[in-house]
Amino acid sequence: MYTQALNQKEAAAPATASEDAEAVARFEARVAAEDKIEPNDWMPEAYRRTLIRQISQHAHSEIIGMQPEGNWVTRAPSLRRKAALLAKVQDEGGHGLYLYAAAETLGVSREELSEQLLSGKAKYSSIFNYPTLTWADIGAIGWLVDGAAIMNQIPLCRTSYGPYARAMVRVCKEESFHQRQGYEIMLTLSRGTPEQKAMAQDALDRWWWPSLMMFGPPDGASQHTDTSMRWKIKRFTNDEIRQQFVDATVPQGHFLGLSFPDPALRLNEETGHWEFGVIDWSEFKAVLAGNGPCNRQRLRTRRQAHEGGAWVREAALAHAAKRRARKAAAPKLAAE
Amino acid sequence: MTEAAMPLWEVFIRARAGLSHRHAGSVHAPDAAMALLAARDTYTRRGEGLSIWVVPSAAIAASDPADKDSLFEPTASKAYRHPTFYEVPDEVGHM
Repeated sequence: MYTQALNQKEAAAPATASEDAEAVARFEARVAAEDKIEPNDWMPEAYRRTLIRQISQHAHSEIIGMQPEGNWVTRAPSLRRKAALLAKVQDEGGHGLYLYAAAETLGVSREELSEQLLSGKAKYSSIFNYPTLTWADIGAIGWLVDGAAIMNQIPLCRTSYGPYARAMVRVCKEESFHQRQGYEIMLTLSRGTPEQKAMAQDALDRWWWPSLMMFGPPDGASQHTDTSMRWKIKRFTNDEIRQQFVDATVPQGHFLGLSFPDPALRLNEETGHWEFGVIDWSEFKAVLAGNGPCNRQRLRTRRQAHEGGAWVREAALAHAAKRRARKAAAPKLAAE
Repeated sequence: MTEAAMPLWEVFIRARAGLSHRHAGSVHAPDAAMALLAARDTYTRRGEGLSIWVVPSAAIAASDPADKDSLFEPTASKAYRHPTFYEVPDEVGHM
């Protein structure tokens, strides 16, 4: 998901020309030496902006990502599955919060970040604009979507910005259960009745290509890769991580006894890599542009939740202010 | 829509008795009681802690990274503050 954020054009060109060339050189030397950058350290404006965009879009993805799965909490087939799904959805909320907090250390407020999501100005991962039609989709999301997210996120644990790296360490530790519970759902369905196996196959068919798109455009079309690699925000290119994901996932799918919706998929004996067919980037672009199956629904739900909770936030602040005022008045009364 | 900013709190967690509280992250909350609740839900979903501190972020005074050299560099030249600076013959044994 993060790589998608990296591939959107900046509204304004980075104003590096006006920055002290010496300071930029010192900064780049620090990053090259694997020194971590911390919130109050000097950093180029473009580094700050790239990070704010990437971290906040990552956070938005976690928050919006609660919806497709939340859709099945009340219809999970057993209490065990329901407890796991609730815990997973709660984790996604938590991950969003770690990431918002990391973004805020760069000088942007939570309110601004929320506003960017709600107004549609900020993007989130394209994958969450697909619907969860059957219970098998919950399995496919855990296995494929969280699997892809983990591939993206593990290198981010070593990203050059300290607060982001620390948030990612925590996220990665927690995500492992997400993928395993998803695979377990797929395994149970695959070994179930023919109808259940067909459901698992259908979910794989629908989620496979969107999962591959999660890694972002191919390297040739990627706009920020060079700078982001030099600044060690990004450690691997989109295509490298995508290949890593395919290599890891295809054997897992075969173990399930399922097939992948890609006639071009074949193991290259020489390289040891699974080669795959051409990704339909026009679909990816359409979903990012707001025309996926669920874009409008996802934002509408998020807006409703935000607006519906406004009175609670307002009341809690008023209550806190009242208590503070009372506390401040109390010693005076005692003194009189 | 202009909404009042929700105060920011830094969260510190003691993983178990015998360890100090360690910075875990931050939360937004209107007051300390709600900050503790939010910190519990956000940072201790898997038995990460036995105790939580929340501190208003605005109450933290921090050194300026620009002063890093003048503040911390002087200790680099004071090798005599470390035990390895001193020669003790092997025959004396572990000290």
